[in-house]
Amino acid sequence: MTAITPELVKEHGLTEGEYAHIKRLLNREPSLVELGIFSVMWSEHCSYKSTRFHLRKLPTKAPWVIQGPGENAGVIDIGDGDACIFKMESHNHPSFIEPYQGAATGVGGIMRDVFTMGARPIAMMNALRFGEPSHPKTRHLVEGVVHGIGGYGNCMGVPTVGGEVNFHRSYNGNILVNAMCVGLAKANNIFLSAAKGAGNPVVYIGSKTGRDGIHGATMASAEFDDASDEKRPTVQVGDPFTEKLLLEACLELMATDAIIAIQDMGAAGLTSSSAEMGDKGGSGIELDLDKVPQREANMTAYEMMLSESQERMLAVLKPGREAEAEKIFKKWELDFAVIGITTDTKRLVVKHKGKIEADMPITALSDEAPVLERPFTPPAPKHAPVKFDKSKKLMDSLVTVIGSPDMASRRWVWEQYDHTVMADTVQKPGGDAAVVRVHGTSKGLAISTDVTPRYCQADPFEGAKQAVAESYRNISAVGALPLAVTDNLNFGNPQKPEIMGQIVAGIDGIGEACRALDYPVIGGNCSLYNETNGEGILPTPAIGGVGLMQDVHRMATVALKREGDALLLIGETKGHLGQSIYLREVETREEGGAPPVDLKAERKNGEFVRKLIESGRVDTVHDCSDGGLLSALAEMAMAGNIGVDAGVAGTTVDAIPFFFGEDQARYVLAVPAKEADKIEGELRAAGIIHAIIGKTVADKVVRVEREGEVSLATLRKAHEEWFPKYMSAPHTN
Amino acid sequence: MKSAVIIFPASNCDRDAQTALKQLTGKDPHMVWHQDSALPDVDLVVLPGGFSYGDYLRCGAMASQSSVMKAVKAHAEKGGAVVGICNGFQVLTETHMLPGALMRNADLKFVCRPVKLTVEETQSAFTRKYAKGQEISIPVAHGEGNYFADDETLNRLEGENRVAFRYAQGDNPNGSARNIAGILNEKRNVLGLMPHPERVVDPLLGGEDGKALFQSLIETLS
Repeated sequence: MTAITPELVKEHGLTEGEYAHIKRLLNREPSLVELGIFSVMWSEHCSYKSTRFHLRKLPTKAPWVIQGPGENAGVIDIGDGDACIFKMESHNHPSFIEPYQGAATGVGGIMRDVFTMGARPIAMMNALRFGEPSHPKTRHLVEGVVHGIGGYGNCMGVPTVGGEVNFHRSYNGNILVNAMCVGLAKANNIFLSAAKGAGNPVVYIGSKTGRDGIHGATMASAEFDDASDEKRPTVQVGDPFTEKLLLEACLELMATDAIIAIQDMGAAGLTSSSAEMGDKGGSGIELDLDKVPQREANMTAYEMMLSESQERMLAVLKPGREAEAEKIFKKWELDFAVIGITTDTKRLVVKHKGKIEADMPITALSDEAPVLERPFTPPAPKHAPVKFDKSKKLMDSLVTVIGSPDMASRRWVWEQYDHTVMADTVQKPGGDAAVVRVHGTSKGLAISTDVTPRYCQADPFEGAKQAVAESYRNISAVGALPLAVTDNLNFGNPQKPEIMGQIVAGIDGIGEACRALDYPVIGGNCSLYNETNGEGILPTPAIGGVGLMQDVHRMATVALKREGDALLLIGETKGHLGQSIYLREVETREEGGAPPVDLKAERKNGEFVRKLIESGRVDTVHDCSDGGLLSALAEMAMAGNIGVDAGVAGTTVDAIPFFFGEDQARYVLAVPAKEADKIEGELRAAGIIHAIIGKTVADKVVRVEREGEVSLATLRKAHEEWFPKYMSAPHTN
Repeated sequence: MKSAVIIFPASNCDRDAQTALKQLTGKDPHMVWHQDSALPDVDLVVLPGGFSYGDYLRCGAMASQSSVMKAVKAHAEKGGAVVGICNGFQVLTETHMLPGALMRNADLKFVCRPVKLTVEETQSAFTRKYAKGQEISIPVAHGEGNYFADDETLNRLEGENRVAFRYAQGDNPNGSARNIAGILNEKRNVLGLMPHPERVVDPLLGGEDGKALFQSLIETLS
């Protein structure tokens, strides 16, 4: 037996205190296999030890929530017996080391989380953050990540319908790849992971186990340094063909009633799937590793328990149903093996070649996993008002802003994703939210991913509120009712009190916004230690929101549709230039505070806009966010190829902050002229601040009174050109 | 018109083809598994888009060896109609039911977007409801749709009016020779095309320009 030395303990990412606790729990020294199992189960990635205490504060319940956090994904009721299952998860560290495979397996992993619960995946989104465009690695990473997402998602035949791509130097050494999957299931046929009962067969299905990805979860729980490239062997390799087979085979098996519990083998593979299933079911699990389908010769118990080979699932079947299940997996040409049995001992027992390699209480891995109340320093939000240069020309600035890296069209990205397969994508990428039809019905699910990391850096609490509010707004802007979110909390090293302060404030901000907007958190993922050489990323709590519309024929899009419509701005414009795209791109300053978020106004304005769309009175809406009002108008004009004539009548705010400020809770609507007066009356009655700021015109221009005009052709060139031009520039490294 | 849709293990547009056929014919098509060696009694066989057997080798190369393709070949030899969409087109060239090959897109990237096509040939069971020279918009979604054949074959295809669809001038998404988007076999009962007509049979999804292809078949084969 391998002696457990302090070096070995350290290599496994466990502290001395944690190791002492393990010895107390076992009443002896662990075997190497047991040490490995503890190391992954107690890693930040699997145990959420730094965040669990704070995550408990999030609102997770609502009458329409079927399953909140704690399962593979969250589930909401969308009526008519249908359920929507979704989750977002990060694959940040692997994607930096090996962008194609890292991103591809991120997509595969989140899809398994969703179909393991009984859902057919119907849409994917990705929230991506890269380093500054001029950094020598950025182009290569963008290329690889986008290619990997497409390579996996396209083969699966699940449309990738949108997401986010941002650039900032804080991600130079640590990019973020957050993938979200949305699936559809029957509300009465949801599969959970609780392996209840003793004497039931534990079956292994999917790909064979190899040596790939061993200790991936531990890697994802450590900071990067310059030697991180050497970790390439811990990145898994994806095989979307096998995943497609696994998806179809699982759904076929799920149509029978043979399954007691099922869980995908994600991070920490066989270890976490068996431990979690036993833990939730209150049972024990005994595994015989000789039965595990193996891709490589002479694999040890340690390697098999820690392998993160992809495209595998673990299920517990009703006794006697093995043959029926095996037949389905043989049809799909997948491995199927009974590798164990559930017991009533509440212990995880691992046998290999006649030896007991591990025998430990399952609660030691789950309940006893450390929950830390790490010390934290509450952040000091920036508030200083920002100055701006009044001499800048508004229309020139619009061209700069609309063609800047964070604002330019993402067409180069989403055209590499099959976004129309499944023939239900009724709102394609490029709008406020994507909308996919619930197959065979007129209902639609609106999906959006949102966060503005520069706001979160200036004010983690307000920034996190803003992420939720923007999600709510994007879903409302297409006409859907926001129902629930999944969060993907990307932060730096939680052992630093100031980073822990960002995490706590971020979670508090999400909680406050979700409570105020009736927008519960039904699942999520934390990715910490996003640092390189001690430098943390901007705090990036990405929010993936899902909403429901009853009739996809009554849906709004951003594209202007008619000449002569009145342009109606809903919400208050104070001209908040702090942390704006304008300030960064035109004056090259990242300064000021995050825009404050008035959650009451968000809710009121959102509900008002949604009702206008639902009743069929308005079909053209855009939320006002990055780049402010003028960017929103330009995007609407470009999308519809119809011009805009705007002015600032009736405001005391200067033109630059009025048109480029990023005040929250705002929407721009293009309203048929004959409806405008009536809608204004209703807004007044509801006490909602609003203004008619112009009209749509035949001229192909964006024109602002007293400021001049710019042609749609010029705007479109700036907007469309940046991404392809950047990606085709010669590589610098 | 009675129809069948072939399902390879990683077909992923099989349901889309099924939905479109049901919408336009009023009847569910037969869904036929790749390991079957016989086809039901049908007028039309659809080889749908997707990745057949993963397509880690040349796209459609393994599918061309499957048992169901022997039956599809026999169906075509008896004069039955076959349409291969996207991966289905790749399978048809790998099976040599259509000439030429589909290589990786010229820019080496997967491309998903609506493209403008011109209808080049209306004397076929697949295209008679279109007007000759009509410009239509149908989405593509593929990484390997760059049609290649030697000059002699291309001349012959053109000379025999077997180019059914071309990408409109300036809108060739993949580098295909002579902007070819879809071709017919000699007997004109087999069509292969890269664009996805089944994705545009509903205005909500961005248009209805794919409808006429199915309506042509219904009119011819019913």
